[in-house]
Amino acid sequence: MGLSAVTVLGVDRPGVIAAVTGSLAECGANIQDSTMTLLGGHVAMMLLVSGDLDSDELLKRLRAPDLVVTASAIEARRHFCEDGGGLGYVLTVHGPDRPGIISAISAVLAADGGNITGMSTRLTGRLYVLIADVELPKEVDVAALMRRLAAVGASLDSEITFRPVEPDLL
Amino acid sequence: MNLPRGTPREVLAAPHPILSTVAEPVDPTAPEVVAAAADLLATLREEPSTTGLAAPQIGLSLRLIAFDVGLHPRSRSWAGELVVANPRLARASHWDHGREGCASIAGLSADVLRATRITVTGHLPGAGEAVTIEADAFEARCIQHQLDHLDGLLFLDRVPGALSLHRRLHRCDA
Repeated sequence: MGLSAVTVLGVDRPGVIAAVTGSLAECGANIQDSTMTLLGGHVAMMLLVSGDLDSDELLKRLRAPDLVVTASAIEARRHFCEDGGGLGYVLTVHGPDRPGIISAISAVLAADGGNITGMSTRLTGRLYVLIADVELPKEVDVAALMRRLAAVGASLDSEITFRPVEPDLL
Repeated sequence: MNLPRGTPREVLAAPHPILSTVAEPVDPTAPEVVAAAADLLATLREEPSTTGLAAPQIGLSLRLIAFDVGLHPRSRSWAGELVVANPRLARASHWDHGREGCASIAGLSADVLRATRITVTGHLPGAGEAVTIEADAFEARCIQHQLDHLDGLLFLDRVPGALSLHRRLHRCDA
């Protein structure tokens, strides 16, 4: 049973997702994790699929006209903080658009072993917004990290908030 | 509201330093504060897709908010068309997520956790009489959104995760 990472990119129109997922189903591929969004009027979708076909064969058989599709074989990996040792945070950055915002912020997180597990950025007018889910190793000095993030934010003329995730366990 | 006729002002768009600044308390009886309140209300009336505004959004770093949720389909309580000086959140309960936008942030909305039942105290500009507002549902969300503006916060600062930020396809709520 192979595991493939499939990416789909194309101009947004009704029916794109139905076409791609229908073709995957015809190939016997089972969609596990997936995410999809619109980027500048383009569909961007990533899927983790399992099935009997390897990624090369899957790519050959997928019928997705007008779409750019890739498929790569990957191995299932255990998640970075799956042992429960990580701390979840939400990072928000907003300010004037300029090159280098993500790289500056992510470098600060990476220096402390922080892992960005989800990220969304949007540009609307002059306003650039970045929201990221972050997992930190539990030994990180969060107060010191927040000071470094604040300093980077100030250098970018951006506001930064860094809040712990508070999951409601029901 | 018993306010003089105000002048609509431009609604500032983020990023703007005033929108990230903690606003100053006001004397609700001071003539310049009454004039600012009138301008805030006049601006709100000019923005039919918006149910509330805070003074920083019109370039005034003052603790004034205006709101009127009477026409919003998800409103339940309705305090009427109000401007409140130095509003303070006295009580908040029954938290829930809801999608909101902002007149100062074109094109984006997000799912934000807010209390759905609140008590807010403040003073009415002009005579300065004390006022207590019990709000729920959408009116509670709208008021909390405006209170955040007075503390230099945008709804973006309360987004619970990377997947909670959205392109706004509908009208501005808060």
